[in-house]
Amino acid sequence: MVESLAMNIHFFKFASFLYLFGTLAYLSYIIFLKDTLSKIAVAVVSIGFAFHTLALLTRYVEAGYTPVTNLYESLSFFAWMIIGILLIASLKYKVKVLGSFLTPIALILMLFALALPKEIFPLAPVLKSFWHPFHVIFAFLGNAIFTLTFCCGVMYLIQEHQLKSKRIGAITKRLPPLNLLDDLSYQSLKFGFPLLTLGIITGAVWAEYAWGRYWNWDPKETWSLITWLLYAALLHQRLTVGWRGRKAAIMAIVGFLAVLFTFLGVNLILPGLHAYSNW
Amino acid sequence: MTELLVIGLNHKTASIDVRERLAFPEGGIERALSRVKSFPSLKENMILSTCNRVEIYAAARETEKAIHDLKEFFSQYHEISLKEFEKSLYTHVGEEAVRHIFRVASSLDSMVVGEPQILGQIKSAYNMAVESKTSGLILHRLLHRAFHVAKRVRTETKVGNSAVSVSFVAVELAKKIFGTLEKRTVLLIGAGEMSELAARHLVSGGIEKVLLTNRTYERAVELAQEFRGESIPFEEMNQGLKKVDIVISATDSTHYLIEHDQVAKVMKDRKQKPIFFIDIADPRDIEPKVGDIENVYLYNIDDLQKVANENIQDREKEARKAETIVQGEVVKFVNWYHSLEVTPTIIALREKFEAIRNRELGKILSLYPTLTEKEKQSLEAMTSAIINKILHDPLTLLKQTDEEAMSDLYLDVLRTLFQVSEKTLGESDTEKEKED
Repeated sequence: MVESLAMNIHFFKFASFLYLFGTLAYLSYIIFLKDTLSKIAVAVVSIGFAFHTLALLTRYVEAGYTPVTNLYESLSFFAWMIIGILLIASLKYKVKVLGSFLTPIALILMLFALALPKEIFPLAPVLKSFWHPFHVIFAFLGNAIFTLTFCCGVMYLIQEHQLKSKRIGAITKRLPPLNLLDDLSYQSLKFGFPLLTLGIITGAVWAEYAWGRYWNWDPKETWSLITWLLYAALLHQRLTVGWRGRKAAIMAIVGFLAVLFTFLGVNLILPGLHAYSNW
Repeated sequence: MTELLVIGLNHKTASIDVRERLAFPEGGIERALSRVKSFPSLKENMILSTCNRVEIYAAARETEKAIHDLKEFFSQYHEISLKEFEKSLYTHVGEEAVRHIFRVASSLDSMVVGEPQILGQIKSAYNMAVESKTSGLILHRLLHRAFHVAKRVRTETKVGNSAVSVSFVAVELAKKIFGTLEKRTVLLIGAGEMSELAARHLVSGGIEKVLLTNRTYERAVELAQEFRGESIPFEEMNQGLKKVDIVISATDSTHYLIEHDQVAKVMKDRKQKPIFFIDIADPRDIEPKVGDIENVYLYNIDDLQKVANENIQDREKEARKAETIVQGEVVKFVNWYHSLEVTPTIIALREKFEAIRNRELGKILSLYPTLTEKEKQSLEAMTSAIINKILHDPLTLLKQTDEEAMSDLYLDVLRTLFQVSEKTLGESDTEKEKED
């Protein structure tokens, strides 16, 4: 029991180690623009992802429940999804610098998780629900996709600023074309928004089982509603008014800040029903 | 001995007018190739004809005669008197010809250094020569080395990476805004050399459609034909602004043709689709404030020039690296070429020795008819070994000499001492060609 418990942590640490190297390779790529570096980065991150998957699987077997019940597990799961999204996006869009933005975020989440207690506890009764894993998986998948939207937004603003201020040089060369960034941002929003919506709905269903009410207005619920409204507004503006570019990029960044606050800020600052464990 | 040579003219030596008159239309190249081939002064030839250069590459039997023949050919084929273009022609022979084609293929000799199209143009010129069977051993090798050099320059230096002309900068910027230029439309307002050049670069960059407008409608129609585009009346410019992605303006208007409020309104109709204005006019055609509008990018000629100048500095550094690569490859090629020259000498020399041996052996064998088969064989082997041993050292030295002057000297001495005539060399050379 103890040995296999150590196993998932070992896998996790090894995955973090590989992500560190992947991040370094991606950062060197954006500096030197050597294709070899990006190939190394993709390879290392893919192997890291495989080990990370192993870590999640062993922990699932070990704990006997989907390991998304405390902050350590959530951070790990979030980072895993971000890397997964990166690998999928790298296959579909040939935007190599995407990794230079996404891997550092995943790495920070991993390092944060490493500092947290990692013991497996018996599942709290409130989390013993058919709906809970779905709620968390949808919510985090949505969040991971919004991380991509966020990175596109940041890249867009930088690139747009360079082009508007007519400073054409190293940065312009390294960042993708505006049109591609805007397109990727829009596509990811179209995937992320339904997932967030599903996450909130399954959460409400779970809440009904757990607490007897669909909606309790606890801080997490309130903030996820705010997040949802922000993304709903962005999607609406894009669809109807033809918002694009700068405004959409700023909104995607604001939306992501709301995501982060809903995920971390609420747990750390505001007490509520979601604070079912200390971490 | 055959010698490589190139004769032609390019954007540096001849005006566009002369270049156009001497260019070979694509359909006519085959015929031109076989006509050049009929000159006895040369063995192989290839014709490269682009809008910036017209060149004939040849392996000549008699260099001076070949140069003369090719000049006459240019003149007769295009029905222009030699006097009109002779001073635009350059001729490179031997090593210089090798360096020339390596530099051309690597785009170091291009109008826009580093532009990638020239390599493709050389490849198709080569393919035509191969199909018409006007290229042989020497041009095959030369061209394959040229492709190799171009590849090295492309991967080992950044010569092709930066846009150094105003119109290339415009294309690069457009790509940074729109990603690919496919399915994009450009509107050309007014006409001028600069704007036409920019439009041409955009078209070769993948732009799908060109709209044109001009105060005099006839001129717009004329230009439209040139770009296979569509002309719109000047009064309907605003309609055009709603549809297009890129606008190049180059009129001699003294006031702004396109103003802030006008574009702001157009942007609403466009649903904020990005638009890229390039103002080439002086005084400006587009109010600078237009660039403040969201999703509007405005660059004037000075902005573009500034970017181009920054890139030029980078590129010059890279071009020096490329020249070093070219130099190294020229040396390699010349060495190979040289070995070609050495080989026939060696063959001729061996043939001469072999003839002597056979003659002397024949005499001995007829003097002693009682020799056994085994004894005869021993005599054969011994005489053969003597020749090989005598020839071994000089031939090794000859093959290994890298320095051209020295090996030329050795060859000369060998030929003189052993009386191996040019005629024998020529014969073995043609034999070799038949083998190919």
